[in-house]
Amino acid sequence: MSDFYLQPGLAQPAPSELDLPYWNGLQENVLNVQRCGTCQGWQWGPEWICHHCLSTDVGFEPVSATGVIYSYERVWHPVHPALTEQGPYLVVLVELPHAGDIRMIGNLLGDAQQQVTIGAAVEGVFEHHLEAQPTYTLLHWRIAEQA
Amino acid sequence: MTATMRGRVAVAGVGETAYYKRGQAPDAEFKLALEAIVRACQDAGIDPKTVDGFASYSNDRSDPSRLAAALGCHELRFANMQWGGGGGGGSGAIANAAAAIHAGLADTVVVFRALAQGQFGRFGQGPRRNAISGDGAYSVPYGLMSPAQMFAMKVVRFMHEHGVEQSALRAISLACYEHAQHNPRAVMHGRPLTEEAYDASRWIVEPFHLYDCCMENDGAAAMVLVSAERARDLAHKPCYVLGAVAGSHYRAGASVHNTPDYATSTFKTLAPRLYAMAGVGPGDVDVLQSYENFTGGVLMSIVEHGFCEPEACNEFFVKERFIAPGGDLPLNTSGGNLAECYMHGLGLNIEAVRQIRGASTRQVSDAEVSMVISGPMVTPVSSCIFGSEATL
Repeated sequence: MSDFYLQPGLAQPAPSELDLPYWNGLQENVLNVQRCGTCQGWQWGPEWICHHCLSTDVGFEPVSATGVIYSYERVWHPVHPALTEQGPYLVVLVELPHAGDIRMIGNLLGDAQQQVTIGAAVEGVFEHHLEAQPTYTLLHWRIAEQA
Repeated sequence: MTATMRGRVAVAGVGETAYYKRGQAPDAEFKLALEAIVRACQDAGIDPKTVDGFASYSNDRSDPSRLAAALGCHELRFANMQWGGGGGGGSGAIANAAAAIHAGLADTVVVFRALAQGQFGRFGQGPRRNAISGDGAYSVPYGLMSPAQMFAMKVVRFMHEHGVEQSALRAISLACYEHAQHNPRAVMHGRPLTEEAYDASRWIVEPFHLYDCCMENDGAAAMVLVSAERARDLAHKPCYVLGAVAGSHYRAGASVHNTPDYATSTFKTLAPRLYAMAGVGPGDVDVLQSYENFTGGVLMSIVEHGFCEPEACNEFFVKERFIAPGGDLPLNTSGGNLAECYMHGLGLNIEAVRQIRGASTRQVSDAEVSMVISGPMVTPVSSCIFGSEATL
């Protein structure tokens, strides 16, 4: 029984110059997303310039790892040798209304055959891979607890 | 004299190799390209050595200068690749070829696509590696990496927004397979598909069953374009390019699935431009070839080209509507990417030409306006409309 949602063997994410603050932040349980220092506009995936105002003063700002389900897919066919024993799994696209409606891809934790409701509130779950060289963290999502 | 290229260029010849299962072509990819090109020229009654331009798409590997050298072409004047979008570029390559001829850059332009995956590795599958940076870092570690997976969430969202049911997707698949049963060249000829078999087939990624997905084939396809005046002197009934457009909407290329208008096949900005150039509307289209990377893309393509309101999909998408001859919107009449062959859509453009010529295995009577939608769901996408002499 693994601590991780997916079977091991998929490529791990490698930060680049452009998105280092995002990948580093996840390892500290922080969700850093790109925001323009000139116009305060949000954008995702990271770009070299702000697509709103074309400023090069783009940086990263921490935001709450919460959102709503914008879309999802339940995958059955193993697309990688590492996934031959995985069974079905859920990929989810989460919208962050508090960060300009940017969207993040992750896995939806819990029963892979659960009914998924578009618009459902979700909260982020940081999946730390301390076994990896270098270490990395993935950001998954689970249905938010009812208050 | 206006600047429009409507009716100024025609498809004079078409050619295809046999279609093989992925990785099983007996010939090298470049040789397949040559074979399709020579066949297209023979079909047109044109000497291949007079070809002076090549237009392709989807990062085709058969270099124009090498093709020209292998064919002994007298001169090369146009060497063009529709940039990006994979199979979404097929009608874009036709647009580029037509524009070149209309602008006087070249006179005899071949549009082609060749694919032999055994030599080069599977299309759409990246190399296996231990670490991935850039856009792939946001998807591959979460198990999102195949073309079907890249598009499924768009279709899920569209189906959610408009209450579309699985039966609508099924209708598209059934129509393609039925048409393939009348086409001896189709890979799925002799392998009909029933509703029950569709429903029972395994999921690839919801909402795509196995039968919602295009095949993977080796082979090559080509067509020769010349000016309308020249086409009238050649063997076949000319098939005129009435309109051809390519492109995409605002930030269609945003990464990590952040395109603001997401649940789309990317045709909202193209369709009005296509109809304006062609001088026709959806009600004038006699027959439609709509690229099925996946049936969900066809559904959105048909909506976005104005054939159906999004809320009416369940009523509109029934197999009988799409069956030729006789259906209201004959669709993918040689079997399409699902059931004839998958040559990144160029087979659809060739079938559209055959409909104008009266040469289809499921011929629509009096087909004067024959449309092709290429893509869908990628960026850039493209679509085109062919017309008979009567439409000029």
